[in-house]
Amino acid sequence: MENIVKQIIDKYGSDSNRLMDILIDIQEEFGYISRKAIELMALTLGISQVDVEQVITFYHFLSVKPRGKYAIYLNNSVVSYMFGRQAIKEAFEKEVGTTFGKVTDDGLIGLFDTACIGMNDQEPAAIINNKVFTRLTPYRVREIVRHMREGRELEELSNESYGDGKNQHPELKAMVSSNIRRKGMILSDDYKTGKVVQSILPEMSPEAVIAEIKHSHIRGRGGAGFPTGFKWEFCRRAKGEKHYVVCNADEGEPGTFKDRVILTEKPELVFEGMAVAGYAIGGEEGILYLRYEYRYMKDYLESVLDKMREQNFLGSKIGEIEGFDFDIRIQFGAGAYVCGEESALLESLEGKRGEPRDKPPFPVEKGYLNFPTIINNVETFATAVRIIEKGGEWFTQFGTEDSTGTKILSISGDCMFPGVYEVNWGFNVEDMLDMVGAYDVQAVQVGGPSGTLIAKDEFHRTLGYSDLSTGGSMIIFGKQRNLLKEVVLNFMEFFIDESCGSCSTCRNMPQVMHNKLLKIINGKGVKKDLTDLKEWGKILLASRCGLGQTAGNPIISSLKNFHHLYEDLIQKDKEFDEGFDLTASVKESCKFVGRVPNFNHH
Amino acid sequence: MSNLIKFKIDGVECMAEAGTYIIEAAKKNGVYIPTLCNMPNLKPKGSCRICTVKINGRLMTSCTTPVADGMEIESTSAEISELRKSIIELLFVSGNHFCPSCEKSGNCELQALGYLYQMMVPRFPFDFPVKGIDASSPKIIKDQNRCILCKRCIKSIKDAEDRSFFAFRGRGNHLEVVLDAELASTMTDAQAEEAMRNCPVGSIIVKEKGFAIPIGKRKFDHNPIGSNVKV
Repeated sequence: MENIVKQIIDKYGSDSNRLMDILIDIQEEFGYISRKAIELMALTLGISQVDVEQVITFYHFLSVKPRGKYAIYLNNSVVSYMFGRQAIKEAFEKEVGTTFGKVTDDGLIGLFDTACIGMNDQEPAAIINNKVFTRLTPYRVREIVRHMREGRELEELSNESYGDGKNQHPELKAMVSSNIRRKGMILSDDYKTGKVVQSILPEMSPEAVIAEIKHSHIRGRGGAGFPTGFKWEFCRRAKGEKHYVVCNADEGEPGTFKDRVILTEKPELVFEGMAVAGYAIGGEEGILYLRYEYRYMKDYLESVLDKMREQNFLGSKIGEIEGFDFDIRIQFGAGAYVCGEESALLESLEGKRGEPRDKPPFPVEKGYLNFPTIINNVETFATAVRIIEKGGEWFTQFGTEDSTGTKILSISGDCMFPGVYEVNWGFNVEDMLDMVGAYDVQAVQVGGPSGTLIAKDEFHRTLGYSDLSTGGSMIIFGKQRNLLKEVVLNFMEFFIDESCGSCSTCRNMPQVMHNKLLKIINGKGVKKDLTDLKEWGKILLASRCGLGQTAGNPIISSLKNFHHLYEDLIQKDKEFDEGFDLTASVKESCKFVGRVPNFNHH
Repeated sequence: MSNLIKFKIDGVECMAEAGTYIIEAAKKNGVYIPTLCNMPNLKPKGSCRICTVKINGRLMTSCTTPVADGMEIESTSAEISELRKSIIELLFVSGNHFCPSCEKSGNCELQALGYLYQMMVPRFPFDFPVKGIDASSPKIIKDQNRCILCKRCIKSIKDAEDRSFFAFRGRGNHLEVVLDAELASTMTDAQAEEAMRNCPVGSIIVKEKGFAIPIGKRKFDHNPIGSNVKV
């Protein structure tokens, strides 16, 4: 064991900035990270053992205890529950003979919950040893577990044909479906890889590239909506020996899966976009930060990168442009929603816990390893290629004045055709529901749990940065759903699990609010609980990052738009909860001391 | 002192060197902004959020935000005071802070801020979480019930090779600060004393040393926290 650990540490140059890679490799090799391995890492990297452990214990897929020869991670997002998760969970527990959070005594199978794995359009889904199993049924569960017991290889556990499109690629072979239902400039097949870096960039200066991006008015597709052109310009101007291009592929917002589809179907477009950005800001290194849930894409994406290097779309002197050297490496996360926040992502890239940084300084000035860095979403890079190909002016004809271009939506929940839809910004919710075949809709969660839950009276609203802003997650809830119990509670649990814990507010407040919501759901709520929730939610705004600031949104937004659901649940005759039931307490204490309570005395 | 700039805190004109963090700049101008995680000479992290102020309608932590020319900072408004008070209450209910039996009582910054912001009963229900006490190291006791995860010990207590004695473990509301078992055996008396001194609460206690100064003569027994800042 010792030798393998040493080899792994050596492979990454005994560099503590590569601790994530080291830990992931050890985890995959042994199924856990042992005390001995921790000691070795601490010794070799010159840090204390607790420093190694604090990274391990931050990430969901790293563990100091064995996770089993087969580690089964069953998604626990709300849509998974809507499509039968409970039955799947019970089937697994019955068949495996242990409960979730545990490993069988023989060390063969471990069962674990995990947050949204980006498969909302094909739930229930699970990750088993980095392979994704979608559309699970109790029958399939029994079969999978039986095959594991028979000692079959992981590849043999899959008994269906591979998914659509590139999921069938020999390096990918995934049973995942891309479910592309509507194509636009990004998902269309009319772009030939390399056109921009080879035919257009040689005629353009980096400044001209930035000017074109600015002219297109494209804003970040991850959700925050910062103007991309300005970001690139600030970074180009920032002083530093090196400049980095980072692609944020940590899509963790429950309900979003469009980056998974873009990276499956159009990875060349994303990588070329990163090269374009490298050219614009004067950077030579690009990093794709990919969430660990998408580990199954590793070989495929590496093969795409190799092919692009062969074609000189990456590497040195790209497009015969003197000095245009750019290459990309893939860095995996290890299971932490907060790492989608750009500064937390940077910390993770540097092999640390993914705790967001204080701003200023912003990443464009001090980013990866303190060098100027741009971090853009997968979709933003892909779009940038089309902008440079056809011009910023061309781009502005799509969408609206303040939200130009197209947006790829991940649509799931109660509808006929869940999947990925590329639409022009300005699309309204009503049309969207008609497009996907959603009937008897009660509510739509726009932008994931950190976004807004809207009711029918707001379905006329349009998607765009100035109205309903979204990174792409759209979850539809039909009339039959219990919004508070099934949806809001699930979202709050998500935020509690995913808080990094660094800020006092985000570490504690979501739990307090969750408990109060539970109290209301259990019929113990009073009117004051509703005003408390509204007031207490504001405290989260003092948190450092977007996760903390929006962690109360499931409750705050449902309180606003579905107030009647709360009103229906609270006790009508009580304004205030004294928190103490005298009669019940007297009865209880009398019972213990063997007396008969007499309530007639007073 | 060549690069002096002007800014205002609650309408009062102040001056400081450009680039100074607000909390320090305020202090130099005799204005106290409370904190539970910040410490001079350590890189700030903005984890306790108590020093939150309002600038241009936005909430910012004054320990991590540098002053800028013409900046107008709101620090004692009803809104900010209430926010700070609620964060203090949140810290009280999320741990087990039993002041009367705590060795740090009177020297505790959380307790002192509770008094300063006139906390009576926390508005939030007590959580009474089950937390442990680690007394396995030779020099100190680490009581997780009282830890407010400010990171001061993590950042300030290092060995000769710059390795941390303390680190985080876990995340979210399971987060705790733990002591490296191996390094703990090399901890000096001075390091243990410093760790206890830097801890804003009573989570780090030097063994056999807790009550060195009697109650009644402790740091905040006569003067409220922050009173040393006033001009």
